[in-house]
Amino acid sequence: MAVTTMIGAKIHRREDPRLVSGEGRYVDDFTRPGCVALAVVRSPHAHALVKSIDITQAAKAPGVVAVYTHKDFVKVLSGTMPVTPSFVAEKKQSPPRFPIADKEVVYQGEPVAVVLAETKYQASDASNLIEVEYETLPAVMDLDKALEAKSPTVHSGAPDNLGWDLTYIPDDPAVMKEADVVIKVRILQQRIAPTSMETRGVLAEYSKPDGTLTVWMSSQSPHFVRLFLGGAMGIPENRLRVISPDVGGGFGAKISPYSEDWLVPAAAKLSGRPVKWIESRTESLQTTTHGRGQVFEVEAGAKKDGTLVFIKATQYLDAGAYMGTFAAFQACACLLAGGAYNWKHVAARTVGVLTNKVPTDPYRGAGRPEATHLCERAIDLLAGALKMDPAEIRRKNFITTFPHTNHFGLVFDSGAYEKALDMAMKIAGYEKLRKEQEEGRKKGKYLGIGLSSWIEICGFGPSAATAPATGGIALVESAQVRVFPTGSVAVYVGTHSHGQGHDTTFPQIVADTLGVPYDSIELRHGDTAEGPAFGYGTYGSRSLAVGGMAVHKASKKIVDKARKLAAHMFEAAEEDIAFDQGQFYVKGSPDKRKAFGEVAFASYGAGLPEGMEQGLEAVAYYDPSNFVWPFGTHIAVVEVDPETGHVDLKRYIAVDDCGNIINPMIVDGQIHGGVAQGISQALYEEVVYDNESGQMRTGTFTDYLLPSANEFPIFELGRTITPSPTNELGVKGIGEAGTIASSIAVINAICDALAPLGIKHVDMPASPDRLWKQIQEASGGSSNGKEARK
Amino acid sequence: MIPAAFEYARASSVEEAVKLLKNYGEDAKVLAGGHSLIPLMRLRLAQPSALVDINGIKGLDQIKESGGKLHIGALARHVSIHNSQVVKDKLPLLAEVAAEVGDNQIRNMGTIGGVVAHADAAGDYPTIALMLDADIVTNKRTIAAKDFFKDIFTTPLAADEIVTEIVFPVANGPHKYIKFRRRLFDWAIVGAAAQKMDGGWRIGLTNVGPTPVRAKAVEEALHKGAKPEEAAQHASDGLNPSGDLRASPEYKKHLARVLTKRAIEQAG
Repeated sequence: MAVTTMIGAKIHRREDPRLVSGEGRYVDDFTRPGCVALAVVRSPHAHALVKSIDITQAAKAPGVVAVYTHKDFVKVLSGTMPVTPSFVAEKKQSPPRFPIADKEVVYQGEPVAVVLAETKYQASDASNLIEVEYETLPAVMDLDKALEAKSPTVHSGAPDNLGWDLTYIPDDPAVMKEADVVIKVRILQQRIAPTSMETRGVLAEYSKPDGTLTVWMSSQSPHFVRLFLGGAMGIPENRLRVISPDVGGGFGAKISPYSEDWLVPAAAKLSGRPVKWIESRTESLQTTTHGRGQVFEVEAGAKKDGTLVFIKATQYLDAGAYMGTFAAFQACACLLAGGAYNWKHVAARTVGVLTNKVPTDPYRGAGRPEATHLCERAIDLLAGALKMDPAEIRRKNFITTFPHTNHFGLVFDSGAYEKALDMAMKIAGYEKLRKEQEEGRKKGKYLGIGLSSWIEICGFGPSAATAPATGGIALVESAQVRVFPTGSVAVYVGTHSHGQGHDTTFPQIVADTLGVPYDSIELRHGDTAEGPAFGYGTYGSRSLAVGGMAVHKASKKIVDKARKLAAHMFEAAEEDIAFDQGQFYVKGSPDKRKAFGEVAFASYGAGLPEGMEQGLEAVAYYDPSNFVWPFGTHIAVVEVDPETGHVDLKRYIAVDDCGNIINPMIVDGQIHGGVAQGISQALYEEVVYDNESGQMRTGTFTDYLLPSANEFPIFELGRTITPSPTNELGVKGIGEAGTIASSIAVINAICDALAPLGIKHVDMPASPDRLWKQIQEASGGSSNGKEARK
Repeated sequence: MIPAAFEYARASSVEEAVKLLKNYGEDAKVLAGGHSLIPLMRLRLAQPSALVDINGIKGLDQIKESGGKLHIGALARHVSIHNSQVVKDKLPLLAEVAAEVGDNQIRNMGTIGGVVAHADAAGDYPTIALMLDADIVTNKRTIAAKDFFKDIFTTPLAADEIVTEIVFPVANGPHKYIKFRRRLFDWAIVGAAAQKMDGGWRIGLTNVGPTPVRAKAVEEALHKGAKPEEAAQHASDGLNPSGDLRASPEYKKHLARVLTKRAIEQAG
């Protein structure tokens, strides 16, 4: 490899000037001649029978081109929406889902009809004229009650509401008896709405003469959409092009395909007109898959000296009315329940439950924030029971030898957990904070310090592990590097950037590998008509550790060919050729050089070595040997106002280790965003349904609380670097780390603050009304936090 | 998130606006800053047949002291009220309240007349208007604040009546407004205002009922010499707030007491 110059450089994101000056191109910025607008008529009920749909008035309304319902779509769409095995190979029940309801609606917001009109205003007006007669049915809204024998069912005629029930490792009572202290806690992971700045949107154009379909879509994984949609519409991949241009955020909710991703292209085929649909914010909150939505029952035990003995976690996952494509991915919370620690025994069980709500699916972190939350809460509770400092119990039990195989057979590639903890404590001034806390308590001041020593599995992933989980397609990654005759370079990747900064990071890697100027490298992604035949998309912090390696691998293929050609040009043996800073020379004669561009030009000419084809381009698929395992320690400092329950987040310290770093500024940006999102779950965000009517009560940003920059302190970042042995670049993922670590750091801090009142646990979001109720109860009042929410 | 169709007209005088409102009939609405009305229209919770835009009426945003009273034109934006030297001198509480409304975009567009005419229980200015006995002046008459806020979103304004200014007394003694909320740009979950005036205290509460509330029991207790903490216990007397996603009725009553105590203690 050339001498590193660009890798590790803190350069500004190349895409930012375009994105922040309004020059980005999102789905709604595109149109096609003759394009019509589509509006979706949705079920207002959580559960009802559709008795009749009267479209007469709507069909006559101004500008209306067509009204379609289930009976029309079955003519052009076949099969059901995909559901992958993920971490639960066998589902007890996975209700078949067609993208539009026929006789029964099972969640508020499920499509029942669509209107096509010349303008979006006319489509919206006409959609209000469609009369649907419903017969409402009892809705299953409560996760706890859904599994009771007498519960109504989410789908009429279903035997029950059980989606899956899988015990990964059963209890070992003999080991559990070895614990001197045992704690139990029930943890709520509330449903949250992944709110991207750009909502979902689809524009589709079908060409009848040549049978081709082009779809513009706000997606994290355009190739998967092409695969699934092609199947549903009977269009082979060579005639179906999916373009995901600039995408304004995904957070995991734009991986799986949605009803509208099928309905819009199908409507284009049915009507013969290009069709566009842009999701409104209320539609987004109601119908884009939710994240989390889980309850954990946790039990853990330790010896008197603080040695951890066992942790047992049971996950109840509110899947919603249908299985999200990757709903069972979130069961990975079970596989990481032991966190960063040595336990003698870890037991875990996951239970998937159907309810009359929109499906849940991965959301930034997906299963790993939940695992960190339950494990780190259990550790703090054990520390409390043992009267140990939370930092000490962590330090005593950290995994210290790598590779480490956990109880579920997952192999942690590298780590230095204590180092990150030490750095975080140093930045925080931990000892001083503890003294302040002690002093404050004497004056009725409730200061809390919360630790979160997190680990993460990411970089999905090795083909042997991931192909079975997706139902056949391994989550490897592809890249194509093309060197043009005059030396400029285009790189095509199968990952998709929707905030990750790939336009900057990947060219940094290529610049070093090829030794060409960073500015001569163009990155292209998000168009299935370009680059390798298949790309796998961006999620699970995989782009760098998997996609970056594919880019690196393809670049090395280029260098290998160029070296052969350079040797031929120098009339030297290949092994005698040196490559340094983009220049070839014969070892021992560094004065006579050939620049990479000269060799590139020659590769398109005559007189190549025997058997060598013209051109300088390469495709690579990279199949990682393992996942990668970032880690770190975060510390939150809060002060709780005991009179109002208000939480003042005073400081936030994050020390993260994601191995080698390509661009420190992008890493810091990812941490900032992720930390904010996790804090947001801890303190603000919550999807609330009315349990009687099944209506969502948080359908606008007035009621769904997204914080702004005002609500956060300046984050104090630190970093350790422990390279990954899994890949040649030594890199790990960082996109989800902040979210994985931060919710529990804040909750642990709040619990720490309120410990003198005897409060053991606080659920999310730790809103002032909920905390006030808990404080009242702890001070001898009669009400409790749970009741306050209902 | 697309409003239903509506007519639109821009008025250049109060007389013209009134004429337009008469022509369009009862379903017409006045458009000032639009930061409450337009979101309601986008959700189709409001579907006015016509909007009469009064933003082009010159002079309706004037802020001045006259006859010992502070006159705030209905079109005065929150940012102007906050920055006004006259307001800072004559009624600093109002300048501080203006700075607490929404975010920068809202403060640049939203108007005091719009907030008062909209009569949202979570509005901040109505609390100040009520507790200080302000007058709401329209093209037809002058209405005392105590007679203006009838119920949630309900005022005595006729369909062809436009608020032209709000007239406040001058009060520059100790004062404080505490707006308890989840996010900096949110409405108040509960707000409490305290203003020393004419030798006594005026206490007002936001969002603890369908209308703003003047906490007279607290004022009287303070007048009788009660300490802030004791007096503030009366802040919830007679309150019957409704619960919502942010707070139960019980919690709102509790906040009314706590915030009232703090407002009095912190008044400066």
